[in-house]
Amino acid sequence: MKRVYALEEYCVGCRLCEINCVVAHSQSKDIIWAFKNEEARPLPGILVEEMKPVSFGLQCRHCDDAPCVKSCITGAMHKDERGAVVCDTEKCVGCWTCIMACPYGAIKRNESNTKVISKCDLCPDLAQPACVTNCPNEALIYVDRR
Amino acid sequence: MNYIIIGNSAAAVGGVEGIRQIDKEGSITIISEEPYCTYSRPLISYFLAGALNEDKMLYRDTDFYKTNGVNLLLGTKALSVDTENNWVTLAGGETIGYDKLLIATGGKPFMPPMIGSDKKGVYTFIKRDDAERLKAIAKPGSKAVVIGGGLIGLKAAEGLVKCGVDVTVIELANRILSTILDDQAAAIVQGVLEEHDIKVILNNTVSEALGSDKVTGVLLKDGTQIACDMVVTAIGVRPNTDIVCGTVINVNRGIVVDGHMRTNIDNIYAAGDVAEAYDIVYEDMRVTPIWPNAYMQGEVAGRNMAGDSAIFDAGFARNSISFFGLPMITAGIIKPIGAEYEVLSMTIPDKKIYKKAVIKDNKLVGFIRLTDIDRAGILTGLIKNKADVSAFKDKLLNDDFGFVYMPKKQRKEKLLGVKRI
Repeated sequence: MKRVYALEEYCVGCRLCEINCVVAHSQSKDIIWAFKNEEARPLPGILVEEMKPVSFGLQCRHCDDAPCVKSCITGAMHKDERGAVVCDTEKCVGCWTCIMACPYGAIKRNESNTKVISKCDLCPDLAQPACVTNCPNEALIYVDRR
Repeated sequence: MNYIIIGNSAAAVGGVEGIRQIDKEGSITIISEEPYCTYSRPLISYFLAGALNEDKMLYRDTDFYKTNGVNLLLGTKALSVDTENNWVTLAGGETIGYDKLLIATGGKPFMPPMIGSDKKGVYTFIKRDDAERLKAIAKPGSKAVVIGGGLIGLKAAEGLVKCGVDVTVIELANRILSTILDDQAAAIVQGVLEEHDIKVILNNTVSEALGSDKVTGVLLKDGTQIACDMVVTAIGVRPNTDIVCGTVINVNRGIVVDGHMRTNIDNIYAAGDVAEAYDIVYEDMRVTPIWPNAYMQGEVAGRNMAGDSAIFDAGFARNSISFFGLPMITAGIIKPIGAEYEVLSMTIPDKKIYKKAVIKDNKLVGFIRLTDIDRAGILTGLIKNKADVSAFKDKLLNDDFGFVYMPKKQRKEKLLGVKRI
């Protein structure tokens, strides 16, 4: 399956991937409206690690052998038909066992509203993830490496 | 192929899913003493606290068994295993034959050596029925004594307090949560419990449950008496090995299994809280009764029962738990004894932040994260992979600790490859 990979040599640390991830998962899908008016704004599913001059975006690797799925105490975390690791937030109780399990640190607590986890879903409704589309320097690529 | 799984929790579900990854056709039978479709045992404390109902405790959808072609025997106790004839005897006397057997019978509560433990009003807190019984009597103004300040005891205490019950926890050790926290972290968590009106008594235990027929109080080892309407015993669980009693199956503390989750009998496997398996941190055989191990062991067992040769290589203690909104994630060796260990720690008391990393031979072997739990899984991964942390160990406690601190080669291997982890 296709996954998102970061090319740290091209990343300028602008964090537009984080911004556009939020927009793509917002109610309005509008950058201004989402940031100005949406109270329950989603968290970005990608995070930029930075220690100048190095920076790169990192999100869920959608592991074949995903430890978060195997560790989940409720069955909320699962693989969908694409092979992407996704969370049924109706079932998630916010025990944070997946945060304990994820070796990439790619799962976040959404403490502001739902008290459940937040992560990359590979943008199921888009041709390619919004972070890849909107990276100004092509530092994120969406390819099948296997 | 005819598979039988005894048990119906995480390890059993892992077993079914492991078998079906390899064998779509074979017959699978689950024998479960409890009358419920698979549910999440850790969620009983959420149920007691009123955070969710019975339906949300389900671990898999109710069509899980049908989808996976599982013949489900609920409310059926398996009494014994005949390893010569390859059959399991049920409580009614009926026998069922198997080609491959998975024992996933879990743990059972360890009862404290207490006079009067058979009185009415003395409960355990392991199963859904336990939670329902407790919830029925946990009324505002009633008083409870919880024996044991570990994970189970404190989750029971938190749930009871949220029902309006006056709760006292009695812990034999010098600190609460002694298996997952060190003294400093435990003191912070105890402070939070006390802020929420849980009384905690350390270095003490209950010697007698008082009352004639029904419990009316407890007598502590030091002579103190505490009046109460209910007692919850939660001093630990031990492997539920009854089913293999008197067989040739090798039992130490739990049913001893190899890396394939196989017992000393070729066609019999064990997984989950009943199993004693290799711990990659302590480098010895241990019973590690935690949910992720149970599922992963079950899955490995299932795959191997169906002809694969999978290895379970993730055996070590790790827990994620919260009390009154204070989250903590801990793993491995958290209170090391010996000069071979290097310990790093930091704390911000007013934010209830505490972090600790335990290193041995340049490898991370344990950590504690209190409050600031974000990205703690990176540390779990370093333990599991026995990664050399010497290049960045002074950064392990940083707020922004991540792959950016790792050597470029190590980082790129991790982030640009999609290796099995």
